[in-house]
Amino acid sequence: MEKGTTEPIDRNLLLTLYREMLQLREFELKVQELYRRGLLPGFVHLYVGEEAVAVGVCSNLQPTDLIYSTHRGHGHALAKGVPGREVLAELWGKTTSSSGGRGGSMHMYAPEYGFMGTNGIVGAGIPLATGSALSAQLRKTGQVVVTFFGDGAVNSGSFHEGLNFGAVWNLPVVYVCENNLYATEMAFRRATKNTSVQSRAAAYKIPGVEVDGSDVLAVHAAARAAIDQARSGGGPTLIEAKTYRFVGHHEGDPGTAYRTREEVEEWKSRCPIRTFREKLLKNEGATLESVEQIEREVQQWIEAAVQFARESPEPAPSTVCDHVYS
Amino acid sequence: MPEQLREISYVDAGVEALREEMRRDSTIVYIGQGIGPRGGNFRQTRGLCQEFGEERLRDTGICELGATGVAIGAAMAGSRAIVDEVFLDFSLEAMTQIIQQAANICYSSNGKIHAPVVVRSAMGAVRNAGPHHSHCFYGWYASTPGLKVVTPATPYDVKGLLKSSLRENCPVIFIEHKALYNTKGMIPDGEYLVPLGEARVHREGRDITLVGISKMLNIALEAAAALEKDGISAEVVDPRTIVPLDRPRIAASIKKTGRLAVIDEAPAMCGFAGEVVALACEECFDALDGPPLRICSLPVPSPFSPPLESQVIPSVERVVKEVRKLMEN
Repeated sequence: MEKGTTEPIDRNLLLTLYREMLQLREFELKVQELYRRGLLPGFVHLYVGEEAVAVGVCSNLQPTDLIYSTHRGHGHALAKGVPGREVLAELWGKTTSSSGGRGGSMHMYAPEYGFMGTNGIVGAGIPLATGSALSAQLRKTGQVVVTFFGDGAVNSGSFHEGLNFGAVWNLPVVYVCENNLYATEMAFRRATKNTSVQSRAAAYKIPGVEVDGSDVLAVHAAARAAIDQARSGGGPTLIEAKTYRFVGHHEGDPGTAYRTREEVEEWKSRCPIRTFREKLLKNEGATLESVEQIEREVQQWIEAAVQFARESPEPAPSTVCDHVYS
Repeated sequence: MPEQLREISYVDAGVEALREEMRRDSTIVYIGQGIGPRGGNFRQTRGLCQEFGEERLRDTGICELGATGVAIGAAMAGSRAIVDEVFLDFSLEAMTQIIQQAANICYSSNGKIHAPVVVRSAMGAVRNAGPHHSHCFYGWYASTPGLKVVTPATPYDVKGLLKSSLRENCPVIFIEHKALYNTKGMIPDGEYLVPLGEARVHREGRDITLVGISKMLNIALEAAAALEKDGISAEVVDPRTIVPLDRPRIAASIKKTGRLAVIDEAPAMCGFAGEVVALACEECFDALDGPPLRICSLPVPSPFSPPLESQVIPSVERVVKEVRKLMEN
């Protein structure tokens, strides 16, 4: 099928895409540091290396549009507009985030930003997003719903049943597979015979698009076409973004037992942020000064987020039974 | 002037509840297999598609996991959804969505996201359907925080509880009994609601409290009538909803009679009957004149052959025999 194609794009948007990708990267590296220092409870799955997908997709969305995320979801939350300090407060189990510390990394919700949740169950967001798209269609809200999932989800029943519903009811939903080639340690080529995720779209008679998930402009263009189609009543699209996590499956997994050093280095050499920075300076006429200013601001942003989250209050034990039933 | 009563069947009482609520709330969408023009496998949606159209009555293929996830997702986004699993047995295909998603969302989101979804199905051993169409799995849902579990026994309760369930903001597991669909009962002409969490005393008595939900209410009532001939006065209580459980009303009855037998179509292990027995021990210990009884289905998969199936489910004879034995001690 056709690849995502790039088109002329204004300078402000380019710098915004760079800023957002850098925010996602610096955020995750800070989370890694805090986690290793023993400050964050629970488990974290970092998005390092995959930033161009979340940013490329979400930069096309309206605040009222909805997204469903995965266990590797901090980047999706940030890209959808959830403030970094709130995401970090949630990872810290503090009360100042939207979920008030009740959810943590894998169960984080911020509906006021259209962020309908990370998810600890692989594939579970696919039917949920499809249902939210049904609600949008029935209530004529004009919303588009995007669901992210990894290659680990596409052999599950949730993938098949969700896409089938989205297709047969022509719902305003976009299915974005972040194919990072490994489900935990299981190589995609060992898990399935057909390793082209986008080709599965044909089974549901919807468009399938493969895109370089390290190229934010390619992702942006592919997502824009899919989102426009969904919003105008044209139904769902399956986007397969080829990507790679530069880190292990979760913090604590070195990620090297099942991947060769050469493979990791090869993907790192195509780092979505560094290559985009070079492109900005070389081809797009951005000044070094403007890029470096963004980099300074992102550092200030993450430091402020850390301070906010660290100083935020913990939940009162007496609230443990609140919100079980609504 | 007293309100007019009229007779209606258990299944039609459900249809009436749906019709009234779908007229009242335009965001309700009903999702499930065969619930559109066909009117439901048990006629449980008969006529609704003609009134509300296929936009709001969404027929699906056989894919409970996806259909249930879609219903929950619709509810999270601002609709109110019913997903019909048809048989309670089939809801197991969707259990991860019900338990891991719907039940958790309000709590994990700090009350920001609600999932007002009614998961509807029918349970129970009827006409030797065998182990894939007969089970009573309500205990699994009742042990999950975040879910309410409703098990109506009469047409009056089907209508009143289904209407209330459709106004809840949390997920409700609404379980009817296949053997009750054709039973009849009286309901008022006007609108009424039955709140979740209110038990009903169907028969007053002095000597023992019989607790039964769904079809087991009828077994309890028949057993009570038989026991009366022996001079045993049984009080019969239907909790109507397992979650929330009306502990005060059940406890009051046990304190009054001093004895308890719970009749349960599910097996005893970790189940509803054990929960009511625990309630008796925790709240009525000093009032008990004998050990609380669990009269449950035998711990076997539902068998096919009629003489085997009839052995499994608590019968009037079994209840009468066990209660007599208890009263002799």
